[in-house]
Parts: sequence; C-alpha cells; structure tokens
Amino acid sequence: MAIPGARIVQEYPDRMRAMLRAVGETSITAGLILMLFCAYLLWGTGAYTQRQQLLLQRELAADRAAQERLRTVRPGQALAVLRIPRLGHDYEYAIVEGVGSTHLKRGPGHYPDSAMPGQTGNFVLSGHRTTYAAPFNEIDELERDDEIVVEAREARYTYRVTSQDIVRPDEVDVLAPVPGKPGIRPVRAFITLTTCHPEYSAAERLIVYGVLKETEPRSE
Amino acid sequence: MYAWLWRKLPGSPRTRVLTALVLVAAAVAVLWCVVFPLFEPVVTLDEVTVQK
Repeated sequence: MAIPGARIVQEYPDRMRAMLRAVGETSITAGLILMLFCAYLLWGTGAYTQRQQLLLQRELAADRAAQERLRTVRPGQALAVLRIPRLGHDYEYAIVEGVGSTHLKRGPGHYPDSAMPGQTGNFVLSGHRTTYAAPFNEIDELERDDEIVVEAREARYTYRVTSQDIVRPDEVDVLAPVPGKPGIRPVRAFITLTTCHPEYSAAERLIVYGVLKETEPRSE
Repeated sequence: MYAWLWRKLPGSPRTRVLTALVLVAAAVAVLWCVVFPLFEPVVTLDEVTVQK
C-alpha cells in the first residue's frame, strides 16, 4: 500500500466513515455558530445600545424638567443629545461621558479630557461604526457645512462640518484643543468625531472636524 | 453526532422534529445571551478611539 492510512480505511471502513462524519458535522456547526456570532455583532449588540439610550435620554429629560445644570460630569452620565440632520431627521443619540468600552456600548462617548459642548477648545466624540447600533456608521457622508447639533442641558450648540480625515489609530493630535495642532491655544470651539475606518476594521480612524456656528441658550 | 441525537430523541418523527427545534432554539438562546456577550470584547473590529 502506497498511501499511508489506506489500510486503515480498508480494515475499518465504518470507523473511518463515522470519524469523517464527526469532523464534517463539527465544521458545519462551527460555521453556523460563527455566522450567528456575526449576526449578533451587527444586530444583537444594537439592542443593548437602544435600551441604554432610552435610559440616557430619560436622564437628560429629567434634568431638563428640573432645570438642572451640570456642574461636574461623571463618567457614564448623559451629557447631551447629538443630532445630525444630514443623517436623517430622526438621527438622535444621547452622548455619554467617557470613551471606555462600557461607555461606547451605550452611545457616542465624550473624551473626558476634551472641551465641553460649546466651550472654546475641542469637543471630541467617539462612536461605534458597525456594532452597538453603529451611531457613527455614516459620518463619512458628512459634507462641508453640514450641521452637527449638540443639545446640552444649558444650550443648543450648532457646529458646522469643516473637513474629514483618515488617520492612524495613535494620531492623538486630532484630540488637541486646536485639532491637529497640539500646543496651540484655542480661540474657537471645535467639534471632532472619531470612528473606525474602514468599516469592520481597526486599522485606521475616520475623523470629522467641525467648528461652532451658533449657540442658542435654553429659554425654558 | 446529529444522527446519534436523532436516535436518542423519543417519540414519533413529528415529536422528534419539535424537540429538535426546541433544542436548537435553546442552543441559539444560550449562545446569543451568554456566550456571545462574553466573547464580543475579544473581537476588535470596531475600535473607534484615538489613543497612544
């Protein structure tokens, strides 16, 4: 016999068949589980975010009713509501304070060291692109002068988009008070959105820059 | 493995099909609600922050 193992096949055909069947069945099962896992990543995680968004929105609504202003923000607290009309009139996410994985699962997160909404400096937000309701999935479609509205407890801030960029994941200069120019003192209020790029990858980051256009204090 | 399971299931083919469906649903539920959430943090296909 030239082929090793052929003797075993001849002598134990049933055992061989059973073994091959087990391998085949295991592979098919593993494949189905992987497909299910992909479905979970894309859609299952979104259900969690939706529930958390309701909680955050409720927190904001309660504070608004009580005319509560924020003095100190704790990680995990609802910061403001984000609206981007270009991405749909119903595009609305509650921004959570913090960019840890637990925070970003709940919605777009605010870098704690960056400026607060409307403040001079850089108001930086990160959001998921493909999982957890994917709030920043379509921010690559934003064009110059598109509006980014941030409704904080004290006022509504409208930013306008200025540009987009794709950077390496460690390019922390985009977080600087003047985005891309660390060490320079800001005189304007900027907004910076970050998410992953390309979609389904952690290779790069997509960055959208904007600048404050209008502030409307809450009149209630 | 599946043939063995099928032989182990009691009752008529009809009840076997129903039991099998319930078992599949249970397996999917355990994966979806328990196993996948545990494994999700390991998969980094959606890293969104910029950091050193």
